[in-house]
Amino acid sequence: MSDDHESRPAWREEFSIDAAEDAYVLRRQFTKFLVLTSAGMACGNGWIWLRSLAAAPATPYPAAAIARAADVAPGQVRMFSYPGEHDPCILVRRTNGTLAAFSQKCTHLSCAVYYAAAADRLECPCHNGAFSVENGRVLQGPPPRPLPRIKLDQRGDDIYAVGVEEGDEP
Amino acid sequence: MNPLERRRRRGAIDAAMVCVILLLVVQMWLLTATLESFLAGHRGVAGAAFAVSLCLFLVCGALYLLVVRLDRSDAPEEPPTSSAGPWRMGEPPSHPGM
Repeated sequence: MSDDHESRPAWREEFSIDAAEDAYVLRRQFTKFLVLTSAGMACGNGWIWLRSLAAAPATPYPAAAIARAADVAPGQVRMFSYPGEHDPCILVRRTNGTLAAFSQKCTHLSCAVYYAAAADRLECPCHNGAFSVENGRVLQGPPPRPLPRIKLDQRGDDIYAVGVEEGDEP
Repeated sequence: MNPLERRRRRGAIDAAMVCVILLLVVQMWLLTATLESFLAGHRGVAGAAFAVSLCLFLVCGALYLLVVRLDRSDAPEEPPTSSAGPWRMGEPPSHPGM
């Protein structure tokens, strides 16, 4: 039987670490990777917390002119932002002539809802959620709570948004 | 270190690693649930979720330090020798007759 040193080429002696050994992961290294992942997820939770602090609504809500009544025909909608510029809302004039406004963010995963005039309801295309255009309550689908309702005030021909009524959980 | 002690240390390391993995799974669920809740408009839970996630991370860190400590003490007592000679790494070779 030949000696191991004789069977290996001379250059192998200069490289004491094999590629397989180099790729070997120690228990310490693996645990460190897990802990770094844990740190990343804690940072993610922290980011969500900071975002939730920044997104806290300012009170009291300001009055803002959103449309002229004559510009919204029955069955039509008008988009606007209230109370902030990153809070999309939808103003609906129903076929019976009444006005209603809601936040456009679905309470499930914040997809944009739209007005389905044929069914006279607000629908979310992402997961087939539907809301009543009368009071924002959930009619079907996964949304856990009603759409926030925008309080309206008509002053002459102008329509003003004057507040937000959060929908309570059923 | 006797074999029984070494086996116990390795068992403790394995148990600590399993705990870290389980905590990580809980943390992953927590992050997903918090994100869904935030997107759904519930902003009150984000602070509590962050505090819990931070606690889980600290526990993971403590378990990591435990693994490092146990793994170091579990290492062979003899330091590895280089292929170039029988002396210990980091020490100059001692030649007989010098």
